[in-house]
Amino acid sequence: MGWIGETVDSIKSIKIRQLLTQAVTLGMIVTSALIIWKAMMCVTGTESPVVVVLSGSMEPAFQRGDILFLRMTKDPIRTGEIVVFKIDGRDIPIVHRVIEVHERKTTGKVDVLTKGDNNDVDDIGLYADGQMWLHRHHIMGRAVGFLPYVGWVTIIMTEKPIIKYLLIGAMGLLVITSKD
Amino acid sequence: MHSFGYRANSLLTFAVTILAFMCAIVSFSFSNQTPSAQIQILNINWFQKQPHGNDEVSLTLNITADLQSLFTWNTKQVFAFVAAEYKTSKNSLNQVSLWDAIIPEKEHAKFWIQISNKYRFIDQGYNLRRKDFNLTLHWHVMPKTGKMFADKIVMSGYSLPDAYR
Repeated sequence: MGWIGETVDSIKSIKIRQLLTQAVTLGMIVTSALIIWKAMMCVTGTESPVVVVLSGSMEPAFQRGDILFLRMTKDPIRTGEIVVFKIDGRDIPIVHRVIEVHERKTTGKVDVLTKGDNNDVDDIGLYADGQMWLHRHHIMGRAVGFLPYVGWVTIIMTEKPIIKYLLIGAMGLLVITSKD
Repeated sequence: MHSFGYRANSLLTFAVTILAFMCAIVSFSFSNQTPSAQIQILNINWFQKQPHGNDEVSLTLNITADLQSLFTWNTKQVFAFVAAEYKTSKNSLNQVSLWDAIIPEKEHAKFWIQISNKYRFIDQGYNLRRKDFNLTLHWHVMPKTGKMFADKIVMSGYSLPDAYR
């Protein structure tokens, strides 16, 4: 009970200037994070430099909850590369391996077929109706590096949003009640 | 400045930074790798033009490889696959994966296998008669953490028959 009394006292004693300073500091932290994210997007050449693996289709190499670092360069797409692609009309990026490439002599365009290592069949069933191949514009990046388990935080926050709100609420409370 | 909270926070940040640094440099340390491989086409099982107009061929391959030198303490698995590479009049490059395998441990990395192609070898068109092609054995080393790297051995001199059978 004493703790609640202290918290209420500290909220009452907040001065406007102090509150504004804290708000600006918080804003600076958020914008620095955004700057770093955008800078990474520039450096790696892809709009999502880091993705979390969501399904088990690339096991045992990539498990659900792992993080992949992506990079997109102008190099041609070749078999064996692990690429992240999005199907037109669907939001979720898929991380699979390229198993077939046909590159046109005249235009340089490629037809690409992918397959998850742990799947029995190739990805034709995943592509849009009537689509037989992926093209360069579907591909967001190639996986170049990998960090296990760290992505679970994102998965938990997406699947149980209540945890996200709890965390943000707790951080907000901490910011308001701390004296410095 | 001297509370337990501050000290625990600084210690944790420092520890995580060092861990991240170590994970990153782990990727740059390995060099003496000497993998070897040989592929033989034992038989052309059949070779036909499918109803949709594309050529398809079924082969029996004999694959021998020694990829043991690729394994290090940071290797989770090696993904090996064999692809056929060839040119046609319309396409400057075609790569078709014929077989792949996941090698989880060093002991399994020296192998000999005789199989027919796991994935269908279908052309975009009907250009495969008398076609010369390369067979490449690729390997992708997936680490426990860090940078993945890949390389291949190209074996040339293979060709398909002049007529369907």
